[in-house]
Amino acid sequence: MKKLMLGNEAVARGLYEAGCSFVSSYPGTPSTEITEYAAKYNEIYAEWAPNEKVALETAFGACLAGKRSFCGMKHVGVNVAADPLFTVAYTGVNAGLIIGVADDPGMHSSQNEQDSRHYAIASKIPMLEPSDSAESIAFVKEAFEISEKFDTPIFIKMCTRVAHSQSVIEESERLEIAQKEYVKNGEKYIMMPGNAKKRHPIVEQRTLDLIAYAETAWFNRTEEGSDNTVGIITSSTSYQYVKEVFGDKYPVLKLGMINPLPINKIKDFAKTVKNVIVVEELDGIIETHCKNIGVNVAGKEIFGNIGEFSQNLVAEKLGGEAPKGVALSENIPMRPPVMCAGCPHRGLFYTLKKNKLTVMGDIGCYTLGAVAPLTAIDSTICMGASVSSIHGFNKANDGATDKNTVAVIGDSTFMHSGVTGLINIAYNGSNSTVIILDNSITGMTGHQQNPTTGYNLKGDPASKIDLEALCRSVGINSVRVVDPYNLSECDTVIKEELQKEEPSVIISRRPCALLKYVKHAGPIKVNTDKCIGCKSCMRIGCPAISVIDGKVKIDNTLCTGCGVCSQMCKFDVFENVKEA
Amino acid sequence: MQTKNIMIVGVGGQGTLLASKLLGRILLSKGYDVKVSEVHGMSQRGGSVVTYVRYGDKVYSPVIDKGEADYIVSFEMLEAARWVEYLKQGGKMITNTQQVNPMPVIIGACEYPTELEAKIKNLGVDLNAFDALSLAEAAGNSKAVNIVLMGKLSKYFDFTIEEWMTAIEQSVPPKFLELNKKAFLLGREA
Repeated sequence: MKKLMLGNEAVARGLYEAGCSFVSSYPGTPSTEITEYAAKYNEIYAEWAPNEKVALETAFGACLAGKRSFCGMKHVGVNVAADPLFTVAYTGVNAGLIIGVADDPGMHSSQNEQDSRHYAIASKIPMLEPSDSAESIAFVKEAFEISEKFDTPIFIKMCTRVAHSQSVIEESERLEIAQKEYVKNGEKYIMMPGNAKKRHPIVEQRTLDLIAYAETAWFNRTEEGSDNTVGIITSSTSYQYVKEVFGDKYPVLKLGMINPLPINKIKDFAKTVKNVIVVEELDGIIETHCKNIGVNVAGKEIFGNIGEFSQNLVAEKLGGEAPKGVALSENIPMRPPVMCAGCPHRGLFYTLKKNKLTVMGDIGCYTLGAVAPLTAIDSTICMGASVSSIHGFNKANDGATDKNTVAVIGDSTFMHSGVTGLINIAYNGSNSTVIILDNSITGMTGHQQNPTTGYNLKGDPASKIDLEALCRSVGINSVRVVDPYNLSECDTVIKEELQKEEPSVIISRRPCALLKYVKHAGPIKVNTDKCIGCKSCMRIGCPAISVIDGKVKIDNTLCTGCGVCSQMCKFDVFENVKEA
Repeated sequence: MQTKNIMIVGVGGQGTLLASKLLGRILLSKGYDVKVSEVHGMSQRGGSVVTYVRYGDKVYSPVIDKGEADYIVSFEMLEAARWVEYLKQGGKMITNTQQVNPMPVIIGACEYPTELEAKIKNLGVDLNAFDALSLAEAAGNSKAVNIVLMGKLSKYFDFTIEEWMTAIEQSVPPKFLELNKKAFLLGREA
């Protein structure tokens, strides 16, 4: 039966059908749903690891044990997993091992636009790249076959438009795969120099074998066209844009495997057309390969290497006709994402701004503390960077910034890679203040459990990290907990901890307002007679508050009754908030 | 059949995803090739959100580009104004007249534009603006705006009421079924 299925769900379906039984991942948009959907199959053990490095090493262990395994992450997650990545390329696998990575061209939800295909080339690991949901299922099944046949881990590369689009699929039965026996084999699995030197030539030969395979494999296919003046080489979502614009006009070489790329197949295709154009998002990976093998192509000089493509862009760049719409001439205000009404981060960030602190930021919902009116963040780099960089900042300033600088990091991000930075603060002794924003969930990616929440991916109770004890155990003596709904408490504790001549951790603790188990007090009541329209309450940037005709107005569909606004008001406009 | 394009635009949290799920279901059941595309993550959290629904004999691109939409269904007035450029010549736009202030307006950095309905109509757009929020409230829950709007959109399709009701049954939890059916009919008759 035909069904509409999200690309990421289709990857999970492919895992199920291919007999995969082990998944370890770290969430990250646009990859998260692969693992969430995989966890719905009873036949698949699935877990959230604390970070991508742990996830990949865990999945490797499972493949070594003889089970088909998967590890999922977003593009920047591969940076974290890169250490094991380059070496599991040498060891190869026992049962099949897939690394799922989702790129984010256009940066809908990411801090950079890196192209994961470079990792496949650099680590000498094959990479398949589906262009819709049906291919996502088929390519995952194929990937396990390649992984086991060629003794290699393999990438499945998604991008936002494939991961987050639903298209039509048909389901098949699950392949029942017996667990492979693990046989001790030091030469293959112990990568110390003597063994690794023997493995490297095997890896190089494997790439040659894979190129030979890529020449005739079904997923690299040529589609005939009626006009041979142009031939287009493309893959992934770019293929869809090309077909949308040109239909069957130009011949197309649609590449399903992006590493390694075929040689003769490309040369043969180029011979049948007058001009070859490569259409690929981000960097010129296919283009560079074509040029390296002596095939003259155009690509990045036409399309550039920034942002997402679309059908209109492909049409405009290749001389087709793009439709045009009519826009309003006036300026339409932007609608940027904001912290939700009732978000526990709001009160904390207001306190940081009020005290004019320098704030080392991190990756999560709380990155929104950077936007107006809070504008309370100075830097955001990657997961964990807040805790490490405050140490460098304070050390370099020789104590001059200790009393007006903090680092902020979420609970999940702290578990991911913040704790190592905290160890450095304690060990190398900087007088730094780190604030852990503990909202009891991984928020930005849509509520995933993590080691601080007490539950695992399947929703079962799990060991719960004691953040206070963890911070003390690495050598932080001053650990305090505040309620971010209480502005005066936040203000007092932050001031006190900044003044101390030792490193401190402040845990700002309130569960995410969107969590189902969180009970809200209900919309706050206002006495507009008392309101003078001073807009003090607007300084916290709550989407539920507006001032209309000089009087405050609460949006009752949004307001949770957190009461932070009432602490901003000097005129008792907001009625006392009851604890829920 | 040439591919047809429906865009659903609104503010993160307004329930645009349920609307696209419903559309995807009914279009697939009619034998079309269908693609539905959405963006998760940072673009939620009260930001501007857009979902693309495309159907026809064979659909390639998952997204809809400027000047391509046959229908735009907007959950909010400013979002209707923002995305009107995506409408094709002769396309139809349905919008809820509700206004949700974005943060730059809330903090006073800019004003919410006035008379958007008239300005959009002045572009020559076939605009059908109505108060879907009140109808959703009348049906029993302000969150049913999405189904009210789908009811309105259903007038442009020759699918039967029964087919729409089946798609609703498959898309919403049983306890909200009656509410949503009522909301759908209120939108369809509005």
